[in-house]
Amino acid sequence: MNLLAWFRGERSAPVARERLQVLLAHERMASGHSELLNVLREEILAVIAKHIKVDREKVNIKLERGGDVATLEIDVEMPDALAVTAGRRGKAAA
Amino acid sequence: MSKVLVVTSGKGGVGKTTSTAALGAALAQAGENVVVVDFDVGLRNLDLVMGAERRVVFDMINVIQGDAKLAQALIRDKRIDNLSLLPASQTRDKDALTPEGVAKIVDQLREKFDWVICDSPAGIETGAIMAMRHADMAVVVTNPEVSSVRDSDRIIGMLDSKTLKAENGGRIDKHLLLTRYDPGRAARGEMLKVEDVLDILSIPLLGIVPESVDVLNASNVGSPVTLNSPSSGAAKAYFDAARRLRGEDVEVIVPIERKGLMGRLFGRRVA
Repeated sequence: MNLLAWFRGERSAPVARERLQVLLAHERMASGHSELLNVLREEILAVIAKHIKVDREKVNIKLERGGDVATLEIDVEMPDALAVTAGRRGKAAA
Repeated sequence: MSKVLVVTSGKGGVGKTTSTAALGAALAQAGENVVVVDFDVGLRNLDLVMGAERRVVFDMINVIQGDAKLAQALIRDKRIDNLSLLPASQTRDKDALTPEGVAKIVDQLREKFDWVICDSPAGIETGAIMAMRHADMAVVVTNPEVSSVRDSDRIIGMLDSKTLKAENGGRIDKHLLLTRYDPGRAARGEMLKVEDVLDILSIPLLGIVPESVDVLNASNVGSPVTLNSPSSGAAKAYFDAARRLRGEDVEVIVPIERKGLMGRLFGRRVA
């Protein structure tokens, strides 16, 4: 009976709400990925280009999602002429 | 300035066509010059819900392919003068909808009407994208149920990326229309509440259409619910939604269950 189920706390709507919130948080991230990455790539390139001439092909940006944290990996290969370390890695939790 | 509105959802069977007919009629009843356009090529149904199924001679594909003029394909509603229908083709497939053809038709319709309401097919394929492509605003039809909410979220993402307006850096106006809402079930915790769906999808609410036999009766007889039973709760929700679309500030009323105490204690729904 309705009333009994209600007293027992067997309400399914809160479960639906929670499942949707978790699922959609993941799906939104996945679909937003490619677009976010393109924006990041362009903006990071613009910042670097202000100071150093870099080859567009030699900039790698990766976004990886683990269980609790996502990592953003930026890999920029600098020209030899600058006589600085050839590669530089930046890792940031996003 | 005419407006192009897409009625979309991702999921099928949530009430896109019914809502297109009801909103289109409600806007026309308010004096606007309206055309409802069926984009569901191969599975047209707006003609049936509008009661014009026996008057279809030419369809949108005929116009795109130059076999008919737009004016020949438009069907004027018999009940309201300022409401017209552009039917989809029942025999062709969705590939017959070319981007150029659709763009041309929408442009022509913009010149003739105040409102161009595009009834989207279900899914996220060509047909659905064509229907939303030229829209200025969108009505996302959602049932308070997990799969519908998920699909609506997906469609909202597409409205923000695949429409012309979005591609040109603009933002498409999105409105949530919650349909088949059962206040009793929501109160008992068996159905997602209005605020749950709003929280999750986070787009403004256009209206709440209660689950109602009036909606079914209206489509049975081929008449939008706002014409067939204008005093029903469902029709009232559509009238209010239409006023909001026109820019009026109307408070959204959350339907409540009308049931006696005995009904509340012992009531059990059949469906």
